[in-house]
Amino acid sequence: MYKLSGVTKQYSRGKDTVHALRGIDLVIEDGDQLVIQGPTGGGKSTLLQMLGGLDRPTAGSVELDGVDIARLSETKLTKVRAENIGIIFQSFNLIPTLTAQENVETALVPLGLKVSERRSRAAEALESVALAERLHHLPGELSGGQQQRVAIARALVKKPKVLLADEPTGALDEGTRDDILALLDGLWQEYGLTFIMVTHDSHIAKRAPRVATIKKGQITVSDRTTATK
Amino acid sequence: MFFTYLRRELRRRKKAAIVISMGLALGIALVITVNSVSAGMSQAQGKVLQSLYGLGTDMTVSKAAAAASSTSGQPRFNFGARDDSKNQSSDRVMVQGFETLKSSVVTQVADQTGVKKAVGGLSLSVIKVSGTFDRGTFKQNQSAGGKPGGGGSGAPQGQVQGGGADFSINSFSVYGTDVANLDLGPLTSSKITSGKGFTSADTNAKVVVLDKSYAKTKKLTVGDSVTISGTKFKVIGIATADSGDSAANAYIPLQRAQTLADSKDKVTTVYVQAADSKKISAVKTAIQKNISGTTVTTSADLADTVSGSLSTASNLATSVGKWLSIAVLIAAFLVAALLTSSAVNRRVREFGTLKALGWKSGRVTRQVMGEAFVNGLLGGALGIALGLAAAYTVTAISPTLTASLGSTAGAGAGPGAGGGGRFGGAGGPGQQAASKALKIALEAPVSVNTIVLAVALAVAGGLIAGTFGGWRASRLRPADALRRVE
Repeated sequence: MYKLSGVTKQYSRGKDTVHALRGIDLVIEDGDQLVIQGPTGGGKSTLLQMLGGLDRPTAGSVELDGVDIARLSETKLTKVRAENIGIIFQSFNLIPTLTAQENVETALVPLGLKVSERRSRAAEALESVALAERLHHLPGELSGGQQQRVAIARALVKKPKVLLADEPTGALDEGTRDDILALLDGLWQEYGLTFIMVTHDSHIAKRAPRVATIKKGQITVSDRTTATK
Repeated sequence: MFFTYLRRELRRRKKAAIVISMGLALGIALVITVNSVSAGMSQAQGKVLQSLYGLGTDMTVSKAAAAASSTSGQPRFNFGARDDSKNQSSDRVMVQGFETLKSSVVTQVADQTGVKKAVGGLSLSVIKVSGTFDRGTFKQNQSAGGKPGGGGSGAPQGQVQGGGADFSINSFSVYGTDVANLDLGPLTSSKITSGKGFTSADTNAKVVVLDKSYAKTKKLTVGDSVTISGTKFKVIGIATADSGDSAANAYIPLQRAQTLADSKDKVTTVYVQAADSKKISAVKTAIQKNISGTTVTTSADLADTVSGSLSTASNLATSVGKWLSIAVLIAAFLVAALLTSSAVNRRVREFGTLKALGWKSGRVTRQVMGEAFVNGLLGGALGIALGLAAAYTVTAISPTLTASLGSTAGAGAGPGAGGGGRFGGAGGPGQQAASKALKIALEAPVSVNTIVLAVALAVAGGLIAGTFGGWRASRLRPADALRRVE
């Protein structure tokens, strides 16, 4: 369970101070699906970085299962990311020189598993996203949708508690977008994990059971019936 | 994963890897070439000195140069009246430099602290003048003269016609060797390639070992005989100088040489081997202090007198070559570091993603350093290959360098310094500093140390570049994976 209390993030841009987040309070239960939406520059990606332990707030706390990850040492925070948090990026962020299977394996490297176990788990993960035939293909040999499937397999292969997705369909066409969304929905239900997705796509927001809207660093949370734009 | 990732990344960034490797290779090749050429120069200088000293000699002791007082030591040739067309010959055997030490000095030197061994030798210069006088013929003047035998003003009138002299001059150097101590002295720089060398039984034997080139010129072989100042010596061996230039034309037992030169119990040079090569300077000081009237010349002193193209090239190699290779190496290291750092900048999202996936900074840094290290090794291997090729080329071409050994006053202790069999070399007492010119073919030997140095530089280059890149990578935040777009 996530519990954010008074999360503030400020950073300098030249002489100006930018208030990306202004005292965010938010609770996300285990197994929840939350869509974060809002205008560009509103602070949604910054909030996702706080949730993923990719950045630290200027003030406030970010508790994951009762542990304030904002106060953890870099080593412990890295361990939390390695074991508990899966992340999907808008531009897939695959390593171009590694095959699909090797890309998925990169998520298992920090866990210190044996090579054979890493390989079999990566193959299973790719099979679960319908890419069993593309294990040895390089990212450049795959379509955008297939690359995002590899990224999803990489995020889920370590069986994380939380899945964070930053505009996962932002670089895909409409048809592929729906396929990926259906896949993510299915996996969310299958794995029973907490799924938090940032998007500016209102079509996606409409389908979400819970929506958080961020504007000028401030958050408004609504349930499915009230989540509109 | 480490090696797969490393290999693929190097392949992907082939051009950058080649530029980094080539830069390092150039620097390393230059270091190898300069080092090997410098080693070749030292070797060449060593050969020059060895040709004078022989192997194992750390210093020589000779009589301190005295002011020129008279010309009494200069050779005189006397020819008696003989019948027409009879060949006349006269030898003059002179001590080279005309300065000698008592043989007891050898023992004195040997007794000094720090001296391992001391051996005396006598350098001689032999000048042989031979030829014929032709008596002229008196021809009477028919028109102006009176009758022969006539008195008064009737004395025969006429002129001497024809006659003259035809003499050749042959000069060569002879070195009197202490046959009881053959492991020190000039003969050690030659190898007996025909016949045999001296033994301790040859102390007063009439035997001679000839230098190969002299024997060839005079068409002498083992078993022939050579006459020096009326004494016939049997040729027992032919010696070939290691450096191609020998210390003397002929070597005879020391006692025989002393007899020939009428210099009983005299030596020109004492060859000294120090017990500790690091204490040569102290031994030199001790000898000069304790044995008056002597001049001690170390190989370092003699090396300072080497001039000519060998010296110029040696200076170039040690000064310009050294700094050039250092400059190229620094430039190569900087280029490698900058290119690696720049490659990390281009891979911010990639490394940020890995950190977001839970990779520790250390693992990312190791990955970057690994790539730089392999670039360094590739550069090293290429540099070693280039360096070896350059050194091989220098050795194959073997450019000839000249070395002139002009000793300073009193330093001309070696037997060759007096002229080495060249007539013009022995001018008088003040001419001890006559120079000796040698031609040496330059080689560029590559030692194991040089290769180790090259590998160390390659590793250092890789590590320096990797440290720059790794430091940059370690400072990346995982949040950069979300922000930066390649």
